[in-house]
Amino acid sequence: MTSTSGPADNPTKDRWSSGVTPYAEMGYYDADYEPKDTDILAAFRITPQPGIDAIEAAAAVAGESSTATWTVVWTDRLTDYQHYQAKAYRVEPVPGVEGQYIARIAYDLDLFEEGSIANLSSSIIGNVFGFKALKALRLEDMRIPTQYVKTFQGPPHGIVMEREMLDKFGRPLLGATVKPKLGLSAKNYGRVVYEALRGGLDFTKDDENINSQPFMRWRDRFVYATEAVNKAQAATGELKAHYMNVTAGTMEDMYERAEFAKELGALIIMMDLTIGYTAMTSMSKWARANGMILHLHRAGHGTYTRQKNHGVSFRVIAKWCRLLGVDHIHAGTVVGKLEGDPAMVKGYYDTLRKNFIKEDPETGIYFDQDWASMPAVMPVASGGIHAGQMHQLLHYFGEDVVLQFGGGTIGHPMGIAAGATANRVAVEAMIQARNEGREFYEEGPDILAKAAKGCPELDAALEIWKDITFNYESTDTPDFLVTPTVG
Amino acid sequence: MRITQGAFSYLAELTDEQIEAQLRYALQNGWSISVEYTDDPHPRNSYWDLWGTPMFDLSVDEVETAMREVRACREGFPSHYIKVIASDASYNRQSTALSFIVNRPEVEPGFRLDRTDAHDRVVRYGLHSYATEQPPGQRYGQGSNE
Repeated sequence: MTSTSGPADNPTKDRWSSGVTPYAEMGYYDADYEPKDTDILAAFRITPQPGIDAIEAAAAVAGESSTATWTVVWTDRLTDYQHYQAKAYRVEPVPGVEGQYIARIAYDLDLFEEGSIANLSSSIIGNVFGFKALKALRLEDMRIPTQYVKTFQGPPHGIVMEREMLDKFGRPLLGATVKPKLGLSAKNYGRVVYEALRGGLDFTKDDENINSQPFMRWRDRFVYATEAVNKAQAATGELKAHYMNVTAGTMEDMYERAEFAKELGALIIMMDLTIGYTAMTSMSKWARANGMILHLHRAGHGTYTRQKNHGVSFRVIAKWCRLLGVDHIHAGTVVGKLEGDPAMVKGYYDTLRKNFIKEDPETGIYFDQDWASMPAVMPVASGGIHAGQMHQLLHYFGEDVVLQFGGGTIGHPMGIAAGATANRVAVEAMIQARNEGREFYEEGPDILAKAAKGCPELDAALEIWKDITFNYESTDTPDFLVTPTVG
Repeated sequence: MRITQGAFSYLAELTDEQIEAQLRYALQNGWSISVEYTDDPHPRNSYWDLWGTPMFDLSVDEVETAMREVRACREGFPSHYIKVIASDASYNRQSTALSFIVNRPEVEPGFRLDRTDAHDRVVRYGLHSYATEQPPGQRYGQGSNE
């Protein structure tokens, strides 16, 4: 770095003489570099330490995330080193924020193993986030070239196939996470599943931390949930499913649980982000091979996605998960209890669902991304949402989404099935109104009130949760045209 | 019981005017429309019988043409389940975009859940439709419509 004393400060130092050379001078910064179509591109938000030049800091990130170490090594000269050097090619200050820059860095395709998010992430975010010369560093976005996209399986089924498997079209799918999260016995747990499904939901879900604890072991939960799903199907003549969480301490345990879910005829299993990229990729391959829809709960992501100046943006996590292959992923609610600026959440949903996404600073998208027909991932909106927000939910997310009402189903004053019915009536009434050409976002409360006249369950839901909003300022917002969080 | 397949089964039965509004929405999106009927509404019965062939080239002004087919199917099979399917042929979708029931039998006997004990508390489930105890065309109290 420029602040390092010694040979680096010597302008006459040769590129290959021993000692320290600034990263920018070693070739990790090239303002004239034209990224190739096959390059993997990354946009980093860098916050250099005081006195550190932004371009040198960007070059350091490029260096440390590709070939460089802190000092010159002659063994570089045994390689075609320029080919393997990442190149920072654009460094721009963040508008309106002192000391922050967006650095765009290009990596040659050869730097990465095919089909391995573990390898991709070890390179791009491996060492560099602890780099002392930076106060903070955030990976904002990546452009994955088609040549690399095609080395991944992608979602085991994707939105189109999932809808065909379930025979459910033209409306958001509805789910609920069984509550309380912890403590229910297997039989009592299955009761919640049965009531929620027979009342009108499509899915119920294990929570991220319900794995196999002393109060309820996984096998017992699977058996009772299966009874509940089948009873609800008989009661409605409609396909239903419960996401069986197969998350466990070892891959062997996860495969055992997944195999048992399959034996029970389950349509869908789930896993937690905490199991890691390689474990998720393995489960994705299993799910494709066994015709199982795969749901991902993004447990833990808030530890590194939320702060705007440091970590990894969720849009990158979403991109990696589409590549490694999940059918569902939690991606924010905007109106619910968890972090989610409307513009940023739109960027995540676009990343998961569209085949081609244009660069768009307003939604935090830094690069065009072509998915080359890789199937879409169904985003899941979960956490503090209720039937009274149906017009907002449809407005923000459209219909290719799973809306999960946990408390908003199970906490209904008339019972769990009534809560489910309220949600189902609300979504159907809103879709009907939208299709009829109504201005459903503005007229939403009227549409719901009218639907509630024929549905006491919805009427009760609207009454009890009418004043519930989670109106807090978002932490992670776009740098351009900042939109306030809705209430 | 009431079979809750399709996008609008939790609402009151759609009036013809409401059905026409949904057909118009489909045509506005450039989707084709087809009408299907069955007296075997098992949720895994993917292939209901087609009423004619899908209507591919209707303009937004031709909602009435599509509605006429819905009415004709209802006249032909008044006690069957009938649904409208809208298909989106666009790249990366190429699948059903909307599906909703527009006719159902007066009495829906529903399903019996059959359980067979397998091993280690594993149960094999079967969904038995009471209606299919009769041959096709003689279910839901109707005579032969074939």
